[in-house]
Parts: sequence; C-alpha cells; structure tokens
Amino acid sequence: MDEIINNKLTPKDFKSDQEIRWCPGCGDHAIINAVQRALSELGIPKEKFVFISGIGCSSRFPYYMNTYGFHSIHGRASAIASGVKMANPDLSVWQITGDGDALAIGGNHFIHVVRRNVDINIILFNNEIYGLTKGQYSPTSDKGLVTKTSPYGTIEDPFSVGELVIGAKGKFFARTVDANVTLSTQIYIEAARHKGAAVIEVLQNCVIFNDGIHEKVTAKEVRDDRTLILKHGEPMIFGKNNDKGLILDGLKLKVVKLGEKGIREKDILVHDAAESNPGIQYMLANMRYPEYPVALGVIRSVPGPTYEMEMASQIELGKSKSRIRNMDDLLDSGSVWEV
Amino acid sequence: MRKKGTVIEKEDVVIRFSGDSGDGMQLTGTLFSETAALYGNDLTTFPDYPAEIRAPQGTVGGVSGFQVHLGQSEIYTPGDYADVLVAMNPAAIRANIKWTKFGGTIIIDKDNFTEKNIEKAGYESDPVVEDNLDQYNLIEAPISSMVKEALKDLNLDPKTILRTKNMFALGMVYWLFDRKLKYTEQYLEKKFRSKPELIEANKIALHSGYYYAETIEALAPIRINPAPIAKGKYRNISGNTATAWGLLAAAEKSGLELFIGSYPITPATGILEELAARKDLGVKSFQAEDEIAGICSALGASFAGNLAVTTTSGPGLALKSEAIGLAVMTELPIVIVDVQRGGPSTGLPTKTEQADLLQALFGRNGESPVVVLAASTPTDCFRYAFEAARIAVEHMTPVILLTDGYLANGTEPWRVPAMKDLPEIHPPFASNKDLPYVPYKRDPEKLSRFWAVPGTPNMEHRIGGLEKTVKGTVSYVPENHELMVNLRNQKVARVAAKVPDLEVSGEEEGDLLVVGWGGSYGYRVMAVKELQAQGYRISNVTFNYINPLPGNVRDVFSRFKKIVVCELNLGQFANYLRMKYPEFHYEQITKVQGLPFTIKEIKEKCLKLL
Repeated sequence: MDEIINNKLTPKDFKSDQEIRWCPGCGDHAIINAVQRALSELGIPKEKFVFISGIGCSSRFPYYMNTYGFHSIHGRASAIASGVKMANPDLSVWQITGDGDALAIGGNHFIHVVRRNVDINIILFNNEIYGLTKGQYSPTSDKGLVTKTSPYGTIEDPFSVGELVIGAKGKFFARTVDANVTLSTQIYIEAARHKGAAVIEVLQNCVIFNDGIHEKVTAKEVRDDRTLILKHGEPMIFGKNNDKGLILDGLKLKVVKLGEKGIREKDILVHDAAESNPGIQYMLANMRYPEYPVALGVIRSVPGPTYEMEMASQIELGKSKSRIRNMDDLLDSGSVWEV
Repeated sequence: MRKKGTVIEKEDVVIRFSGDSGDGMQLTGTLFSETAALYGNDLTTFPDYPAEIRAPQGTVGGVSGFQVHLGQSEIYTPGDYADVLVAMNPAAIRANIKWTKFGGTIIIDKDNFTEKNIEKAGYESDPVVEDNLDQYNLIEAPISSMVKEALKDLNLDPKTILRTKNMFALGMVYWLFDRKLKYTEQYLEKKFRSKPELIEANKIALHSGYYYAETIEALAPIRINPAPIAKGKYRNISGNTATAWGLLAAAEKSGLELFIGSYPITPATGILEELAARKDLGVKSFQAEDEIAGICSALGASFAGNLAVTTTSGPGLALKSEAIGLAVMTELPIVIVDVQRGGPSTGLPTKTEQADLLQALFGRNGESPVVVLAASTPTDCFRYAFEAARIAVEHMTPVILLTDGYLANGTEPWRVPAMKDLPEIHPPFASNKDLPYVPYKRDPEKLSRFWAVPGTPNMEHRIGGLEKTVKGTVSYVPENHELMVNLRNQKVARVAAKVPDLEVSGEEEGDLLVVGWGGSYGYRVMAVKELQAQGYRISNVTFNYINPLPGNVRDVFSRFKKIVVCELNLGQFANYLRMKYPEFHYEQITKVQGLPFTIKEIKEKCLKLL
C-alpha cells in the first residue's frame, strides 16, 4: 500500500527545473497545467513519457516538462514522434505543435501521421497567428485578417483542423479551450487512452499578437451559449439555460430551442463519437459561430489498428516463418558456393 | 558436348548484353554472371539502364545494357570495351558500338533490323555501312523467327514467345564460353514454378540458342579458366545489398534494433527494399512520406535507442540537410547513406557521379561537422556500412556514407564473412552510476556524450536544436556557444584515432601518385597496374575515410614528385585536399558524363604527367 502511495505521481512531478518563458497571460500556461494534471492521473511511469515539438512558441513546451523531451525542427515533430513510437511502442508519445508548425511547414507530416494512425497524442495550439516570428498570418487565420505580412488582409481560405484530420482518415479528434483546464484534462486523458493518432485542437489565446481571437465564443459571459461541449451518448444540448440543441434538418445541422415548435429533448441529436462514418462528426467539427455553437470535447474517437502494432506483428510473423534467424544464416542463404 | 580443337584461351573478356528496356537484358546479364561466378571466374558487372521504365521502344534512349567482365585473375572493373556485344535491335548497336572493341564479336537479332527499327534508331542508311559493322565479327542470327519456330507447338501467344528471345541469345553466349546451362535452368524452374509452360518455353529457347551457335560455326569458342581466388564461401552481391547487409550486421553486433526511415529514390531504393524484406531479422522499415520524414523518423528512432538509418541520393540529401544539422546538434547516432547519381537537381537519376562530396561535407547551416566515409567497390559497401554504423553509435554522431550508382548496381563475387570475425560495437549507454544524468557530459577520450534512452528511469532529459549548456539548458551565452561548437568539432575530429592509415598500392615513393576516393577504385587500380608493368614509377591510393582523413596523408603525399586526383566531378576532392594539405600541388583527372572512368582515359592522362 505504501508503495502505491509513493508511486502516485502529482502534477508537480512533471514540472522541470526550467523557468517558463511564455508571455504573462499566454494561454500556454493553462495548457501545460492541464497536461501535467492529466499525466499524473494516467498511471504511467514518468520515464515512459516523451514530448516532441517542432518550432514555435508552443514548441518550447518539452523544456518545461520533467519527462523525456525533444525540441526539434520546424514542422517535423510528427515524423520524429512516429520514429520514437515505432522504435519503442511502450512509450507514451506526445507531440506539441501549433497552427503554423503542424499545418503550414509540417502539413505533409501531419496528415500522414494521422492517416497511418501512429499511436501518438498531438496537441495543436491554435491561435490563428504566428507568434514567435511576431505576428504574421497562419493557415488557420480567418480570410481577410490584417497582419504584418497581409497588410491588405489575407486572401486565403483557412484550414479547419477537424476537417483536415477527418479528411486524413483521422480516428480521434477533440477540441478544447486553453483556459478550461477541467475539460482539457479530461480530453488529454481520453486521448492518451485512445490507441491511435489523437489530435486535440486547443483554442489558444496569443495575448500579444492575436489577443481575444477566440473571445467571441470563449468569453465567460457568452461561452455557454456559443459553445457545445459534446459528451459521447448524450444529447447535444447547450446554452446558459440548457435550452438549445442540435437536430438534423435534411442534410444539415440546425440549432433549435427546446420547448419551441414542440421540440423536446428526445428530438435532439445524441452524440456518437465512436461512429466510424464521420458524416455528423465532420459537421460538428466545422460548426462556426454565429450560425452554430463551436463544438468542444471529443468529437470523434473510433478504434482502429495502430501503425506500430501492425509493424510489430509483421515482424513477429516474419520471424516465425523464416529460416533466417541471424546474420550468419542470411550470409549463407541463396546461391553460395565454396572455392 | 563440344567439338574440340578451335578453343581460344583468354585471360579475360568483356561481354555487353543490350536491347530494348523491355527485352530482359538485365536478367540475361545477371544469369550469365552468376553462371560464370559459380564456374570460378572473378568478375565485375555494370548495369546501364534508362530512367524511364519503358522508354519509347526501339529508340537509343530506351536501350538497356548489362556489362560483365570476367577473367581467370582478379577483375577490378566491368571493363572499358566489350569483346562481345549482344544487340537485340538496331538502337542497341547505335548506343553501344563505340563501347565495342574494333573487330570484336557482335550478335544481333537480324529479324529486328527492319527498315522501321533502323530508322527509329536514328540511322539514315544501312547500319552495316554507317557503323562499319563489316569490320566486326557480325553474327546475324534470326532470333525472333527461330524462337517462333522452336516454340510453335507450345500453344503460346506470340508475345510470350517473343519474350524468350533473351534466353536464345543467352544460349548462344553460353556456347561461346563453353558454359553449362544448369544454373539458368534451375533459375527458370524456380521463377516460373506456377507456370510450367513458361519453364518449358524458356528452356527450349535457351537450348535452341546454344545449338544454333554450335551449328553456324561462325563463332570461335573462348575459354577462361577459373581464377585462383582465396578459399572460402562466395556469393555474388551488389553494392546496395552489401550496404543493407553491413547495416544489419552492425545491428547484430551492437545489440540494437535496426530502424530504416527512407523515401524511394533511384539509385538508393534497393537498400530500403532489401531491409524491408528482412522482417525475420527484426528490421523496422518505414517508407516515409518524403525525404525529410525519412531522416526525422530515423532520428526519433535513434533518440529512442534504435540503430537508425536513412538512405537516399543527392536530391534527397539536400532535403535532409536541416535534419542532419539537428542530429549534429543533439549528438544522436544516425547513418545517412547517399547513393550518388548525376546532378545537380534531378540530373541523371540512373547514371553515376561523385559530385555530392562537398554537399556531404559542408552542405548544412552553421558549423556542422559529420563523419563522411566512402565505399569503393560493390562488396566493400558491406564493410563501410558496418563501419559507418559503428562510428555513429560509438561516437554519438551522424555519419554520411557515400556510395554511387555504379557501386550500388554493380555486382561482384564476395567472400562471405563470418559474424564472429567482425568487431563488437559498444553503444555508450548512460550508466546508473552517473546519476544525475547530464545530457552533454562527455567521454573524456572520444568527447562523445552518453545515450539515455526514453523509458530509462531517472534519466529524463530534454534535447533539441537550440544551443545548450552541458546540462541541457537552452543558452545564448556567447562563450558557451563557442565552447559547444568546438567540442562538437573535436568530437568528430577524434574519430581519426581509429581511422586506418592510407595504403599505397605500388612503390611507397615515385614519380606519380594517383589519388581517388569511392567508386573510381577499380579503374585507377587497373590503369596504375598497367603503367607499373610498363616500368613507370606510379602508385595509387584510395580514400575511404573522407572526414576525418587518415593520419598519414602528408607522409604519403610527400614521397611522390606529382599527385593527380581522379574523380567523377569537377575536382571536389582535389579542392578539399588543397584546403587540408595546401603544401602540395594537385593535378586533376575529372569526368562528368554520368559514366565511370575507363582505364584507357586514366592511363592516357597519367602518361602526360609522367
């Protein structure tokens, strides 16, 4: 019993000796708190966690974690994390990335790690701006955003993270808000327990270059009416007074008011994150204010074989079927002749 | 089987099989080489094929060739000029006549010399007249019509019948060199196990060719006795396979699992394919989404404790540059194999060149030293791949191994080593005695850091691309950066402690020293041997360790009146030597045609310096 108590990790065990250098008020502070809480509850030994990042403000994250960590190069963390997981599937591998790192320079690696379903957890800090280079637009910036490199407004359509994940055959997608540590902690725990690539989009606030970009939906006074926290198996009801919900109207989602036009709770859609057909989940992931509430929580969580396990089973099969057991066997195989 | 009397005995002979890229010439050449090797000849082969899988039929661009040089003494190169040319169509003559010895034997499929094909090959009139084919021993065999006749009772479609033309030609060559058909027959039985009708068809074509050659009495049979080679077990191996096997051997000797993260690229793909097939030896092979992900996945695997490898060619090496810099900075072991091809850009994908040397040495931002090795024969790709892995692991550094298209696809018989004769590899894992773990604490002799692999309790640490202090803390302190830059540089320089001295082939002093590195080896050795036999005071050295260089370079160079550097680029190694040893004067022999040197070229240029 003593041993179990001694082995219980606390969030503090995951804090490194490095002084955190994010700007005061940056959303990253809350994110790291939630991650440290989640890790302490997973029952995984500390030495098995590995945090891998690319480049950007978010990518300093591994330095602040008292785990194994690798702060790599711009956009490539997905590929490095894949290598770590294939080399040792027993590790709990986390990728920390941002909207530029994952979706611009690292877009190719991002879609492929999702497609392959390598069992890593990807936390994507989405602040719709480039912070570390001091304020240029990103692939998730709204069209028209005026920044230092788009003085007349951007002329690009932004990526929607969830849409991209589902398009890349993703099996786990969740969304949370930096400041909501309770929801975030739950989501990180679910992501860690999910076998396969898990992408968590965090609506993160850059206090310096894009302050308040998510405020219209996340501000305390409006968030209940403008966000929908999805729970698997429960009806999609939201609003300060729990009086709004979603129904399917033809091929589209529609916001309705409970009690109006005879709408009752049983008419409201029930969330099924485990449904493999992503149709409804895709629409949920793409809901935008003001037409819809922004969906939070685990939007999609579908089981499937992981890449590293399929690789391991091919190796097992190869070993059991072959007569070549070591290098000497290989050197002697095929056409060999004696002189 | 054979009529006696007219056999000509020869020291060595060069045969070139050529035809359309769909004619099966690579297979024909390979089967002939394997039969010759089993007989006991020494040999070297060189396939030469177009980048297009099916280039326009009948054109010079679509000609695929396979050259084999066999002899009764040691063979170093695939040979400059062919004694026997097999040409399945007019384009094959057009492409290869300049590589055929004047007066040599040319075997053609006469049926393919139609007006249309002759025009397609770019001839304006009769090839016999245009290329003076009457000056050669031209054997005009109606190969297509003879296989049609021989196989008429087998109920096969015309296309399948014509596909056996290569076996007919091969049968002719077997008769010419008095070789047995057994090995080829066994190959056919295995390859077409599920299609007995194809086994029969190909065997009939093979025998028909053999007896046709005997009947026409236009060929003088040639005998090449077995070479007196050292006792042991032998097999034929290509440079790419030898590279893959060297890496596998290093994994076994180090006790590490082998991880390869690569993206297919000519001419390096064979290494990835070979390792992907070795699930039985536990290889984790990962075909990444691009070159960058190839090396980055390997670097992740290295962080997690695997023997990490990525394989590529020049354009891919360029894409991997930033990640190699990350490996330099994080001091993780990784082997990067660059199978060089003609550049720049896409260049000549299927042709050989040695022009990535400076990219390998210096093609990164910042002070970014890596170990660079170069293999010089198809079989020593095994040795240097093993050595690259040993150095990477034991010194915690990226190592670039340079081979080239010529070595990768060339084959030669290889005396198979026993694993017990290879050295052990000792990964420098961090020990529990040294807690707390300090990421950039160094071995006092080698200056390499210690490897703490995720999953090991109490050694959690962070590494990354930003400059760090010895404890792994990010640091912008000017003096710290300078200290770390110097340490990383010295760490690579200290690999030299185990680099073997240069070996001079020939006299230790003389009038001219021929210097080279990598795949030009065989051509230099032969050119120098021939000039030595004529009484010239000429010697040869080959560099396999490019960075760091062997310790006795200055000593060797100073004993010769002149030094000439031979390489398939515009002088990259010569310039590197000028930087390292500026006190010497370096002459150059260079070539950038996508082809290896010829012995003749090197000899002629050396003679001008003697």
